[in-house]
Amino acid sequence: MSVMMPAADEAVLGRRGAIVRALSAIVSGEGVIAGEREMRPYESDGLTAYRQLPMVVVLPETTEQVARVLAYCHAEGLKVVPRGAGTSLSGGALPLADGVLLGMAKFSRIREIDFDNRVAVVEPGVTNLAITRAVEHMGFYYAPDPSSQIACTIGGNVAENSGGVHCLKYGMTTNNVLGCEMVLMTGEVVRLGGKHLDAGGYDLIGIVTGSEGLLGVVTEVTVRILKKPECARAVLVGFASSEDAGECVSKVIGAGIIPGGMEMMDRPAIHAVEQFVHAGYPLDIEALLIVELDGPQAEVDHLIARVAEIAKSCRASTLKVSTCEDERLLFWAGRKAAFPAVGRISPDYYCMDGTIPRAKLPLVLKRVRELSEQYGLAVANVFHAGDGNLHPLILYDANKPGELERCEAFGAEILKLCVEVGGVLTGEHGVGVEKRDLMPAMFSQADLDHQQRLKCAFDDKGLLNPGKVFPTLHRCAELGRMHVHAGRVAFPDIPRF
Amino acid sequence: MADTLKARDAKDVEAAVQWAVAESKALEVVGHGSKRALGRPAQFDATLDLSDLSGVTLYEPEELVLSARAGTPIAEVEALVASKGQELAFEPMDYGPLLGGPTGKGTIGGVIAANLSGPRRLKAGAARDHFLGFSAISGRGETFKSGGRVVKNVTGYDLCKLMAGSWGTLAAMTDVTVKTLPGAEAEATVLVVGLEDARAVEAMAAATACACDVSGAAHLPAGVAMRASIHIPATGAVTALRLEGVAPSVDHRQQTLQALMKPFGEVALLAGAQSRDLWRGIRDVLPFAVTAPAGRRAVWRISTAPGNGAKVGHAIAVKADVELMYDWAGGLVWAALLPSDDGGAAPVRAAVAAFGGHATLIRAPAAVRAAVAVFEPQEGPLAALTRRVKEGFDPMGVLGPGRMWAGV
Repeated sequence: MSVMMPAADEAVLGRRGAIVRALSAIVSGEGVIAGEREMRPYESDGLTAYRQLPMVVVLPETTEQVARVLAYCHAEGLKVVPRGAGTSLSGGALPLADGVLLGMAKFSRIREIDFDNRVAVVEPGVTNLAITRAVEHMGFYYAPDPSSQIACTIGGNVAENSGGVHCLKYGMTTNNVLGCEMVLMTGEVVRLGGKHLDAGGYDLIGIVTGSEGLLGVVTEVTVRILKKPECARAVLVGFASSEDAGECVSKVIGAGIIPGGMEMMDRPAIHAVEQFVHAGYPLDIEALLIVELDGPQAEVDHLIARVAEIAKSCRASTLKVSTCEDERLLFWAGRKAAFPAVGRISPDYYCMDGTIPRAKLPLVLKRVRELSEQYGLAVANVFHAGDGNLHPLILYDANKPGELERCEAFGAEILKLCVEVGGVLTGEHGVGVEKRDLMPAMFSQADLDHQQRLKCAFDDKGLLNPGKVFPTLHRCAELGRMHVHAGRVAFPDIPRF
Repeated sequence: MADTLKARDAKDVEAAVQWAVAESKALEVVGHGSKRALGRPAQFDATLDLSDLSGVTLYEPEELVLSARAGTPIAEVEALVASKGQELAFEPMDYGPLLGGPTGKGTIGGVIAANLSGPRRLKAGAARDHFLGFSAISGRGETFKSGGRVVKNVTGYDLCKLMAGSWGTLAAMTDVTVKTLPGAEAEATVLVVGLEDARAVEAMAAATACACDVSGAAHLPAGVAMRASIHIPATGAVTALRLEGVAPSVDHRQQTLQALMKPFGEVALLAGAQSRDLWRGIRDVLPFAVTAPAGRRAVWRISTAPGNGAKVGHAIAVKADVELMYDWAGGLVWAALLPSDDGGAAPVRAAVAAFGGHATLIRAPAAVRAAVAVFEPQEGPLAALTRRVKEGFDPMGVLGPGRMWAGV
């Protein structure tokens, strides 16, 4: 692995026995795991190229236990890495050799479902899909739907500000979370938001969402639940070129239509998927678009006809509108299986996650194809076309010497390209360790310093999840210093009244 | 009298803040100054005027994105996007009528700094949810940026959220990028007449819990409704439910919704311009405008769980002379209390403490705003955290110190 983590503190490792005993006094029984074999499942998250055994694993069950564990670690100067289900694709939950891994899996209760206020109050270890399962008998659902929704937890969703195929219309996690209870590194407990809208002061929950476990440990989350749309229909469109598909996406949005989902796949992805799930995708095309409309029947029928017209005007070579729920789900089955399908045709694959302005899609795809030849590694592209979030899957074989490094270098080039065309490094997977060292491609030192000062406001000793997101660690005292030159700044030359 | 520094560009803003840091001066950051009467009245050494940082720098309708200098008039932005059939979906309210200023003023930067929204908040979110990126000068006199021009972005902390609703106390924004969305082709409003507040909240809950996709749910009690300058057929209380979208869809949903609302009371329908006028009036809280009979009353904005809206209203009403109106299906309570030394802070804060949420004193004489907390008071670890966040961005306290809370 090419990203260096902070060096382990030998003095801390020397105290390991005492630390395990102290943690066992807070979380008794099987809540503390210190055996190497038992800790093995925690050595990596979804980014399996990076592995590290933690010093010790703690699995608290109550907010009070979390508070006591963090207060103890704060007092002792111990690093802490929080973890949900460990589905992060950016190494956000990668353990540290001298760090405590704080697993939140036992926070798995749904505390309250409040249909009158259309919210659910859940513990952070509840899976994303379990929220929908708990409210669907009343016709409700939780909107953000990352593809790992069966396994990923809402606590992890908050940490990563997770998206999904429906974010274009329904927003990401940050637009669907109303409140949380959070434990600071000091062990202090704060409540942000609630069942009401907007913060009463600074929007701290907006900052905590997407903070990748660097600001606090969330112990309760209040999310909005929505009434399920009356119906949904999808249209499956094939194009002879990605340019035509890109034009279709722009024209749909230009016509004032915001689909519930709008996904694109390129030829290699289509072929991998079709062999795997037999969704009936056409194979003699360069780009495939799935556009889904949801809402009242009258609206969906009206809009699906308009989307079909637009697609034809963009030289669609094939076009199929779903006529029943089974067919709609079949359209999606292929897209939803894209990652495992690619996993079948290659020993390993590496999933990138840049976002670009939609209009730059043909340019970026062309450059990715060129880079693919240059690096000698094949790529399949899956694309949340509606919001410009691109997932190139680079195919490689970790057993071939040097191939992982080549793959990472290729991936870094793709992400820098995304930034160059006006996009960003990551749309929904997070920075973690994976994209940490690329942050300067997007941010100046002053940009990063302002972010890190915010980190200092929450965690002054830098003990929560260090080594993630920021390429260099600074001490808060150093970041906080002001360089004031009293008397040397003249009254500014600005018009005065 | 305090100096006004009229910045011509971002460099000027940086120079002004650096000067304030070096000289320990407190700056009031303003655009048009349309919301100056909102917040704690604090002493400022100079005003930093950003209204000349004006102009849309990028608008790509098909990419749903617009960038502008922070001082660009919001009216100019709204007119531009409307010319392409688009809108700012968060429906930012105009504080002019409520605060006694002219209507149609305010800048895009001010809209974001105040995290404005409107009746569509319950469906489409507030400014925070549509704010994609910015460049700003922090209280350290350093230029920094965050976010970008794409909707889906989790690269680094989401500082946009922090800037939205920070009232210029953390950084002076110079450039902002927001999401634009297609405007609705058609709209209609289903009215239910004569409901008591608690019953109206039940009706709004039923409406928002059906698949009708309601984009506005407000309740105007009797008396207040009469003043909303709306085209309603009755004189009693009015509960209004808005539907927007393509015409066949609106038509279908208004029938469903009317049927659903029949058990609650007499039902009527408003369409087109009449519906738009009504929601504009609700958005800008016209029944409590300075020019209205309630014009001298202290006005509070209370955000609470929708189901608690009527309870909050009732708790205030048993202790004080108050006029109420409800938006966001009951989750937003506008309370206008008879003028008093504390602006009615005691009953309002007590109601929020009992039922949850937060309250902001929107309109009151400066002496009242100096005497009582304007923003929801914070305590313990949360208050300390807020203070540390402020100090991280503005350690010397040069940007709007004391505007939100004393000593912050």
